[in-house]
Amino acid sequence: MHINMTINGTDVTREIEPRVLLVHFIRDDLRLTGTHWGCDTSNCGTCVVLMDGQPVKSCTVLAAMADGHSITTVEGLANGTTLDPVQQGFMEEHGLQCGFCTPGMMLTARALLDHNPHPEPLEIREAISGQICRCTGYATIVRSIQWAAEHPVGTAETAATTEEEAVHA
Amino acid sequence: MQIPAPFDYVRASSVDNALALLDRHGAESRVVAGGHSLLPMMKLRLARPDWLIDINDLFELDYLLIDGQTLRIGAMTRHTTLLESDDVQRLFPIITDAERVIADPIVRNRGTIGGSLCQADPAEDLSTVCHVLEAVAVVRGPAGERMLSMADFHRGPYETAVAQNELLIEVRVPIRAGSSSAYEKVERRVGDWAVAAAGASVTLDSAGAISQVAVGLTAVGLEQNVTEVEAVLVGQTPTEELFTEAGRLASLACDPLADQRGPIDYKRHLADELTRRVLRAACRRAAASASEITI
Amino acid sequence: MTILEDRPSNPAAGDHDRPIGHGRMQRKEDPRFVRGKGHYVDDIVLPGMLHGAILRAPVAHARLVSIDTTEALAHPKVLAVITGTDLQALGLAWAPTLSMDVQAVLVTDKVRFQGQEVAFVVAEDRYAARDALELIQVEYDVLPPVVDARKAMDADAPVIRDDLEGRTDNHIFDWEAGNKAETDAVFASADVVVTQEIVYPRVHPAPMETCGAVADFDPIDGRLTLYETTQAPHAHRTLFAMVSGIPEHKIRVVSPDIGGGFGNKVGIYPGYILAVVGSIVTGKPVKWVEDRSENLMSTSFARDYIMQGEIAATRDGKILALRTNVLADHGAFNATAQPTKYPAGFFHIFTGSYDLQAAHCTVTGVYTNKAPGGVAYACSFRVTEAVYLVERMVDILARKLEMDPAELRLKNFIKPEQFPYPNKTGWEYDSGDYEPTMRLSMKMAGYDELRREQKEKRERGELMGIGISFFTETVGAGPRKDMDILGLGMADGAELRIHPTGKAVVRISVQSQGQGHETTFAQIVAEEIGIPPEDIDVVHGDTDQTPFGLGTYGSRSTPVSGAAVALVARKVREKARFIAAAMLETRPEDLEWEKGRWFVKGDPSIGKTMAEIAMGAHGTVALPEGIDGNLDAEVTYDPPNLTFPFGAYICVVDVDPGTGHVKVRRFIAVDDCGTRINPMIIEGQIHGGLTDGVGMALMEFIEFDAEGNCLGGSFMDYLIPTAMEVPDWETGFTVTPSPHHPIGAKGVGESATVGSPPAVVNAVVDALAPFGVVHMDMPCTPARVWEAMQGRTRPPV
Repeated sequence: MHINMTINGTDVTREIEPRVLLVHFIRDDLRLTGTHWGCDTSNCGTCVVLMDGQPVKSCTVLAAMADGHSITTVEGLANGTTLDPVQQGFMEEHGLQCGFCTPGMMLTARALLDHNPHPEPLEIREAISGQICRCTGYATIVRSIQWAAEHPVGTAETAATTEEEAVHA
Repeated sequence: MQIPAPFDYVRASSVDNALALLDRHGAESRVVAGGHSLLPMMKLRLARPDWLIDINDLFELDYLLIDGQTLRIGAMTRHTTLLESDDVQRLFPIITDAERVIADPIVRNRGTIGGSLCQADPAEDLSTVCHVLEAVAVVRGPAGERMLSMADFHRGPYETAVAQNELLIEVRVPIRAGSSSAYEKVERRVGDWAVAAAGASVTLDSAGAISQVAVGLTAVGLEQNVTEVEAVLVGQTPTEELFTEAGRLASLACDPLADQRGPIDYKRHLADELTRRVLRAACRRAAASASEITI
Repeated sequence: MTILEDRPSNPAAGDHDRPIGHGRMQRKEDPRFVRGKGHYVDDIVLPGMLHGAILRAPVAHARLVSIDTTEALAHPKVLAVITGTDLQALGLAWAPTLSMDVQAVLVTDKVRFQGQEVAFVVAEDRYAARDALELIQVEYDVLPPVVDARKAMDADAPVIRDDLEGRTDNHIFDWEAGNKAETDAVFASADVVVTQEIVYPRVHPAPMETCGAVADFDPIDGRLTLYETTQAPHAHRTLFAMVSGIPEHKIRVVSPDIGGGFGNKVGIYPGYILAVVGSIVTGKPVKWVEDRSENLMSTSFARDYIMQGEIAATRDGKILALRTNVLADHGAFNATAQPTKYPAGFFHIFTGSYDLQAAHCTVTGVYTNKAPGGVAYACSFRVTEAVYLVERMVDILARKLEMDPAELRLKNFIKPEQFPYPNKTGWEYDSGDYEPTMRLSMKMAGYDELRREQKEKRERGELMGIGISFFTETVGAGPRKDMDILGLGMADGAELRIHPTGKAVVRISVQSQGQGHETTFAQIVAEEIGIPPEDIDVVHGDTDQTPFGLGTYGSRSTPVSGAAVALVARKVREKARFIAAAMLETRPEDLEWEKGRWFVKGDPSIGKTMAEIAMGAHGTVALPEGIDGNLDAEVTYDPPNLTFPFGAYICVVDVDPGTGHVKVRRFIAVDDCGTRINPMIIEGQIHGGLTDGVGMALMEFIEFDAEGNCLGGSFMDYLIPTAMEVPDWETGFTVTPSPHHPIGAKGVGESATVGSPPAVVNAVVDALAPFGVVHMDMPCTPARVWEAMQGRTRPPV
């Protein structure tokens, strides 16, 4: 079947089998491999992407169901070379180790902050409670998202950050 | 990664269109809304429909509205919408309580009340909630609409009165003055299905006595309300002794199975414990809302 | 030697080279991960690549009657269907395990666990490969399974391993450590003896990325490139050479970014071998990636120890001796990773942190109809089980003696002056100073205040528990005189090159699965040669690019490869001295070192920086005899001993008396891992391990029913903590460097996974004290806690 959607602001049109899972469409057809999968049963959340700005588990959404919708993956978080504050926060506060759950965590964080710019730690924990991280023990993820909340888009500190500076910080 | 068997996909553009598609594709067609029950079953190839009819575009069924003394909930209303609704929280805190513990926030973005009720999983929370609230299910099919009480709608585990060519389109919940409600669930971990859960709805009269009560249980083998509590509680002023008796009746009424979540006696104990807790909370809330109105 | 400060001194270095590379630093690997540009195995796409899928056995024990692949082969997108019979013809039906046993790659005779590999389909895409699995017809003759390890040695138990010549029972090994006679004598005369059966149930590492591989065999030059989720690429290359017959120099194993390992990615699984066979058979690259159920049901589980513990003490609380008999369930094949002399890994560190008069343990390993494995999930070769046993036993003793569990521990610690401390089972603890660590944890927790609060709450019927665990880890395997795995010594290589412009590349044999090697190892080099970590690239995970070494597990990267890297950097620094001397036309012994530069003693203005020296080395300076024209070096580090990190953990729980639900309210962790290289990374490692501990203590469990069906085969039933189940961790540290490690670092990757489960369980049991509960086994689910409150503390297996 024929599907059309917006991925990270770009229109894409493809011919697919109806049973193709959104996560496979993103990874295999579009070669955007920042979106991962980890469990089949929509428990782990490594496959989270934003659909019309809302986090969804892309292993439990058919690509066909995303037809006509707007999808944001981790590759769409940064604005050119300027990282999203959430990405910056994860680096600042050691919110990642193996990096496998990280894209999903960051996208949920982005949606949370869009909805609630100053979440309490418990609100952050609730927001990410459908996602599993096996490495960090979550505290540093909470701190990372708090960092992002304290440095919203457009503040001088974040806007000036380049990839190179991020490493040297 | 697990992958569903092949099927054909069609997106319904309206309720009538969905009904026509169900009619056209027959027994091997399934409706998909949030997909969080059906798609995992399809990946395990335990469900393998020939046709999947996607009803996510039926925005006409995504609404919450207060219509006189009834809250009308469109079947495509997402869990997140119910959880975040102030009206729901005010009128039916049991729904808010339950929504807070249904799956996880991301699944709640997709899952719908209609999907939950039609899946009728024995550990599913909203079926109990709707039983307790004496909700009415509005089911539409080729022959028009049917209004079903939950007792008629919910036939048992994974079984409802919705025929293959019908759709649940709305849930109607009666609003009662002086009423409140509560839900509590024990789970092994956040996001897990219930080990056991209980819900209660209580109406207090102007003297503070119980004029109406309903108690329901989840995941313990009782698909209908614990009707035995009504005779004991109605007409009485709420006391711990009454809640204790209600809990005892609930533990006797249920019929749980032993599984990884716990042995039978534990689940019976939870039926008792949680019944007492939700009655306590519902009475407290009803009394509080009554006093607010007085002020 | 305990120092309570943020910047530890470096015992191995003089005052002139104070640490400059160590300290909190953002990770060098993060920029790619936060952009979604990590490169994991399933991200690899090669031209013409095919996809494999494994058909698995639906039952635990069954004779294979027949397999019919006709229909699957007729699928238009299927290129090959491989069965056990096909592998037999190639001599590949069985592969050696890491424990001197063999494991079936595909079933030829009998299914021995549910989820075992039966056939392998190679197809054009992953959807078609999955579809074709349904087209294979298999007939099984179901046999009674052995599920309960306690019954595995019964006379009438079915013999699982009838493939092994002369095998008439399910016994694998008996092993012991310590002195039985001495221990029995101490027990016989002790005032107090407490016994308790303690079960450490089967759990699973369950990294977020499942296991997988892309095999690319080039039939022209006979070269195999294997991209794999492996924690030990070099060991895998050697084993593949042994198994496949492909010469080792023709095999390249690449371990790209790994989405968590925790020991799950140490072993060689049939899927990897099948991907290779698939590539050889089809002449094309073949990708195989398991799904989550396959991961949980077939790859390396952890623990499954049934331990009979006994502790002897004087009436006033001096612990005298420990003994235990362990029944170890190894599943259907003995595939546990074990240093050869120790079939139970390092379990004999079960003497813990206490100065004992005697200790003795026996371990009996048995086969059951369950998935193979055993050493995984950040266990430090079974130190998890050992620490759990001793820390539970000490708590049970405290209850018996009516002593405070903190006080009992403080009274019995090995004293700082006793180090290096020889324990009663053959270990020599390198360094330790336990009391300050324990005291710091108690201070951070507000221990006395917590006990007061608990007393008040008990009077009100509320259930609050405080649990302590004090652990001593043994990591950094290991000295090649003492241990090996399948004949491979456990030494690690490192190579360092300083390029002419002064930028460096260090090549290491260990493989990160998230531990931050690209940062930590750059910092170690930076510390030693004064080049900023940003100018040092760390190369790892590719056997063509890196020196030989055994890989990352058992918290061994920093203790072994970290030492190798420090030493290779010092070698380069020393070589730089000779080159600098040539450049400055002076003698090497007249030069002095400071932060990245050699200078003339007494005249700091005359000197050469590392960058200048590097250019000089590659330039035209006349070099002294025996000095090559480069600034490179390599070493292989054979650790003289293991390292012994330790820590004090305190957990506070609240138990709902009506439901049995346990809430971890606080967790205080004070770790001592010796010299600290990057405190941020160390904290991250500890946080992760603490979460593992909460998971195992409260919810994680691979359970089986009586037929041997795995009940923990998906994330719906194998529960892992979310952000809601864990508290905001409170961490602290002390620093007691290892005296034998070049920079004094001990390793930390598994400390918290090892140390935290007993703290949580001790807290739960403490909360349940009003019900007379002295022990309950993990997992402390609401149902099991409630049952314990009813006086029914049943073992999980």
